[in-house]
Amino acid sequence: MQITPSMAARKRMRRENLIGYAYMMPAILFFLSFVIFPMGMALVTSFTDYSMDSFNFIGLSNYRRMLQDRVFGKAMGNTILIVLVSVPAVTLFSLWVASLVYKMNKHASSFFRVVFYMPIVTGTVAVTVVWKWMFSRYNGLLNYVLNSIGLINGNISWLGDEAYAIWCIILILFTTSIGQPIVLYISALANVDQSLVEASEVDGANNFQLFWKIKWPQIMNTTLYILVITTINSFQIFALIQLLTSGGPNNATNTIMYNIYYHAFKLNEYGYGNAMGIILAIVIGVFSMIQFKLARSDKE
Amino acid sequence: MQASVNRTSPYRLLAILLLIALSVLFLFPMYWIITGSVKSIQAVNAATPVWFPLEPTMDNYARLFDRPALMWLWNTILICTMSMLLTCTTASLAGYALAKKNFIGRGIIFAIFISAMALPKQVILIPLLKEMSFLRLHDTPWAVILPTVGWPFGVFLMKQFSENIPGSILEAARIDGAGEVITFTQVVLPIIKPGIGALAIFTFITTWNDYFMQLIMLNSQSKLTISLGIAKLQTEMSNDFGLIMAGAALSAIPITVVFLMFQKFFTRGITMGAVKG
Repeated sequence: MQITPSMAARKRMRRENLIGYAYMMPAILFFLSFVIFPMGMALVTSFTDYSMDSFNFIGLSNYRRMLQDRVFGKAMGNTILIVLVSVPAVTLFSLWVASLVYKMNKHASSFFRVVFYMPIVTGTVAVTVVWKWMFSRYNGLLNYVLNSIGLINGNISWLGDEAYAIWCIILILFTTSIGQPIVLYISALANVDQSLVEASEVDGANNFQLFWKIKWPQIMNTTLYILVITTINSFQIFALIQLLTSGGPNNATNTIMYNIYYHAFKLNEYGYGNAMGIILAIVIGVFSMIQFKLARSDKE
Repeated sequence: MQASVNRTSPYRLLAILLLIALSVLFLFPMYWIITGSVKSIQAVNAATPVWFPLEPTMDNYARLFDRPALMWLWNTILICTMSMLLTCTTASLAGYALAKKNFIGRGIIFAIFISAMALPKQVILIPLLKEMSFLRLHDTPWAVILPTVGWPFGVFLMKQFSENIPGSILEAARIDGAGEVITFTQVVLPIIKPGIGALAIFTFITTWNDYFMQLIMLNSQSKLTISLGIAKLQTEMSNDFGLIMAGAALSAIPITVVFLMFQKFFTRGITMGAVKG
């Protein structure tokens, strides 16, 4: 090792750098232009009254307005409710399915993976419109089935009723969210160190102990990943709301993302919309951090 | 022998029955789309649901194709294919460099790419719209394609795949006097091919489903994607479920076929992308 690199070595290093950046260049260009730059713009314009005809810095006014905005509060509450229900439900359900499926033979396991992935592949919009029909008040399947088995009496307007609408949304979100977690859990469970499992079986561990003591720690990274992506996706719920309820009735299904869309694209309040986006990003960041902390403390 | 007897405990048997029942429920929306699309207006609106259309009609499809539905499908395929090709190219180049090349700032660049992935993608849509208007790309396919290519997930995935390239093979190529271009196309590409396949399908499907982005970027009737087209049908003809199901079927069937054909690549891709991270 030389302390001062010779001319040749320095030249080689410069060449290495050039080659590295040549490979990176296309990705970096796209990333800077269409991710980093708009992110910066979102932050900057959140301090302005940016709209169709004005662009003035107004300090923290947008953020102050949010604190007093009842609809924003309601939307934040709904969004957090959706996240708090759907994230644990998706995680537990997909773990349950995966733990049944991963021991099956190739064809069976592949079949179930495809089935639960289907709603994602079919496409959000296609799935949403068919659910809208099934939830429909007069010609919907759900009312017919529930009436004929005697669970309800008379037709319910599922998406038009403040008490039910958000739960219908959560149900559809659930069916479109479990595909990826199931695939991930199946492969994680299949990769659990078999020698540890056998060793503890010899030691007389029951299935429950086997799961918590041996398998659970080994699939922790997968669980964490699933928690984080499901949280991010649930926070960003939009298409379901826009297509099914437009945030109604009486804001019962309004969410942050829908509210942003409404302010930015219906009322042209870009500045206020961006400020809400920044708050949403911060809230998501906080949730992800909590999950990381919990997962870490669980490991120790 | 003992093990196989143990495995089919009553709990497991019951659980598997439940799983099969749930599978039926999960496949049902697809069934309801396809059968609904060939039902007559009377059958669609019947108070007692028509479980199976005994007298299928193509009427809904005829009315669907009165609109530029095939154009919408074509637009979608164009957007998805271009996004896929560009993403695979930029991501495999960058992923290889991040995994196998030494250059100043490599660690920081990778860290920035990763942390951007944790941010909500939709938050940047308003500035993106303004940017696209400024570039005069609004209401063109590029307004959807370019931001899709910028999203860092592909780079991350391809870095994971490129870690598997043995250093000795790269060294051998260097000793043989192969330049960067030859090394990348003849040595690296064949090794990371499965990764590119996975990323290709993943990008195709997520782009197909990125309704919010399409909604904001595309306006004119002839520029719409199939998702936007169905949404439009739904707002204009809210209770004409037969027509809407025909649109949903037109959207769902091609992508489902693609998925079933490349299913293996796909499952591998989303698994690889996550577990190592």
